[in-house]
Amino acid sequence: MKTIFFILQKEFIQILRNRTMLPMIIILPLAQLLILVNAATFDMKNIDLYVADKDLSATSRQLVTKFEASPFYNLEKRSFNLEEGHDLLLRDEADLILTIPQGFEHELRTEHQASVQLLINAINGNAAGLIQAYSSRIISEYNQHILVEWAPGQSQNASRPVEVVYSYWYNPEMNYKIYMVPGILVILATIISLFLTAMNIVREKEMGTIEQINVTPIRKHQFIIGKLLPFLIIALFELAFGLLLGRLIFDVPIVGSLALLFGFTVVYLLVILGFGLFLSVISESQQQVMFVTFFFMLVFILMSGIFTPTESMPEWANRVNVINPIAYLMKVIRMILLKGSGFLDIWKEFYSLCIYALLSLSLAVWRYRKTA
Amino acid sequence: MKRFWGFVRKEFIHIFRDKRTLLILFGMPVAQVLIFGYVVTNEIKEARVAVYDKSKDAITRELTDKIVSSGYFKLAKRIENDRQIEQTFREGEIKEILVFEPRFAEKLQNERPAKVQILLDATDANMANLLQSYTSGIISDYSGNIRVEQEKLPGPVIRIHSRMLFNNELKGVYMFVPGTMALILMLVTAMMTSISITREKETGTMEVLLVSPLKSMQIIAGKVMPYVSLAFLNGVVILALGYLVFDMPVHGNILLLLGETLLYIVMALSLGIFISTVSPNQQVAMFVSMFALLLPTMLLSGFIFPVENMPWPLQWLSTIIPAKYFIILIKNIMIKGTGFLFIWKETLVLLLMTLVFLGLSIKNFKVRLE
Repeated sequence: MKTIFFILQKEFIQILRNRTMLPMIIILPLAQLLILVNAATFDMKNIDLYVADKDLSATSRQLVTKFEASPFYNLEKRSFNLEEGHDLLLRDEADLILTIPQGFEHELRTEHQASVQLLINAINGNAAGLIQAYSSRIISEYNQHILVEWAPGQSQNASRPVEVVYSYWYNPEMNYKIYMVPGILVILATIISLFLTAMNIVREKEMGTIEQINVTPIRKHQFIIGKLLPFLIIALFELAFGLLLGRLIFDVPIVGSLALLFGFTVVYLLVILGFGLFLSVISESQQQVMFVTFFFMLVFILMSGIFTPTESMPEWANRVNVINPIAYLMKVIRMILLKGSGFLDIWKEFYSLCIYALLSLSLAVWRYRKTA
Repeated sequence: MKRFWGFVRKEFIHIFRDKRTLLILFGMPVAQVLIFGYVVTNEIKEARVAVYDKSKDAITRELTDKIVSSGYFKLAKRIENDRQIEQTFREGEIKEILVFEPRFAEKLQNERPAKVQILLDATDANMANLLQSYTSGIISDYSGNIRVEQEKLPGPVIRIHSRMLFNNELKGVYMFVPGTMALILMLVTAMMTSISITREKETGTMEVLLVSPLKSMQIIAGKVMPYVSLAFLNGVVILALGYLVFDMPVHGNILLLLGETLLYIVMALSLGIFISTVSPNQQVAMFVSMFALLLPTMLLSGFIFPVENMPWPLQWLSTIIPAKYFIILIKNIMIKGTGFLFIWKETLVLLLMTLVFLGLSIKNFKVRLE
């Protein structure tokens, strides 16, 4: 016990005396959290709209007013010239061209139907889908409006056989940030703990100090516990501090039990630390371990569902995710924080991670030899 | 000059004898493109929904069938009482619950409107938004059909014709191939150079190099030469994958495309050199490259989240992210097929950044020589 304490002390001294590393471990990640969460938004604002109104009737103008009134649109320009619109689209100065053909109002009155055209810059398919949905919604609403206005005999209700009402649970304001804060926190805690452990033993190897430790009577498990515990503590501290910032600045709700969250995170970190240690033990240089670690981390992060839900991933990807530790925490941290899920809702993930932690730690211990 | 080539050869040997790193270097772009192509998608396909049908009549069954048969949704659960709603959401597998009010068909016939409620787990606001708009789209369609087909009610109808320019099928590949290139090239080159230079410093071999007859410019040029070629090869691999596997078009001039890629790589290199001149050891160099490059390049460049939607301080911040310009360039050349006239501004920015980083590094490097 005493030996472990001394190793711990050594590790902490080494970490704390390094004046360049310390801010990098603590301040940089949290600053990133504060800044980048604001960038991560799929909300469409400022859709640049170009209107080619060839009809110039009361109806077409009214329709354009509806777009202007919406907070999502930014009326760039209005003219009859479609060419100019195309040019703006090519220069990324317009996202959407609304074309109202000549005779729009007339056709609508006499033939009861007329068309408008939406030309959407679809290089970003996601955004284009949303722009189309928003625009269609505005046009349909306007359609509903003239339906009632032009046919005074009908009541409003008769024209709507089915009404859809919707409610957004857990996040009625549709705030995307409270979804991203836990996600980015997981990434940051993972980067810190994984890279620090992975580089640790290789560094001692490269510097030659590992041999000095190997000749001491320190036992294998003592050495490994002493190596891992500091990073576990740092990562937990990071998470706690990040949560606090998220709570204060981004109003991230903490509905569920924090004890459960931290308990789960400890198991998760054991997996990560074991993994990092394993990579560290089998690698020859810091450059190598860094690239190997980086590769796994990037794959794990992208597949974890941080930006896009795992539910929309194909079946095989979900099977791969069984060995992706980040996917477990990514799901559970959001469940506990935002929905207040309890142990009964997450026990499957919990036990899977426990087994995983056991595996990854034993792998690391098995591969570690006290001979250089 | 002969000395210089000898030095370059040494660097190549350093890289090639580390097989594991080399494997990762080429495995990474391939894995990333495949993951983005097949895994990371916002498309809704067979999203699991639950139905809480308080009416259980022919109409609600028909409407449920219509929603499920659209291909976007899969009926995963039937709910029988109010308490199950919350439980279902907390278990986390189901993101949408449809609730039909009692006497649905009867209300549809007589009172109107008959109400259907969509409950969404909005922890992921974006997903909730998409699910909601798909579902209400299907229901409105159904509702409109009742009016037109059964009741033959005339009324003004505005039809909407949408055309998706440049990307008819709304494929994600148009976003992720340029994004992946920007990310991988930046990380590989900047990280590799910064680490390999700091490594020489840390192990003390830098001094050996400095006292050799090579000029400091030659040392740096020799060190980065292998990385330029590796990164360029990486870029070509990504482009080829996008073109062959995901049908990414190349409408513009391919030479221009490769030239801009090379410029971006040189920019990333000079950034890497700059990082190495300010880092005392490999660990610091790695964390700087990691934190200053990974997340900002992913999030602020317009790769995943459009820059126009960000608050203005971040839009402003994004102007110093090199990847942003590279992504604009690539998209212009590949998808829109525009020529140099449309992109000279972005090219100029990348060129300026390269010069700034190089200038700063040379200044810092000389200081170390004394």
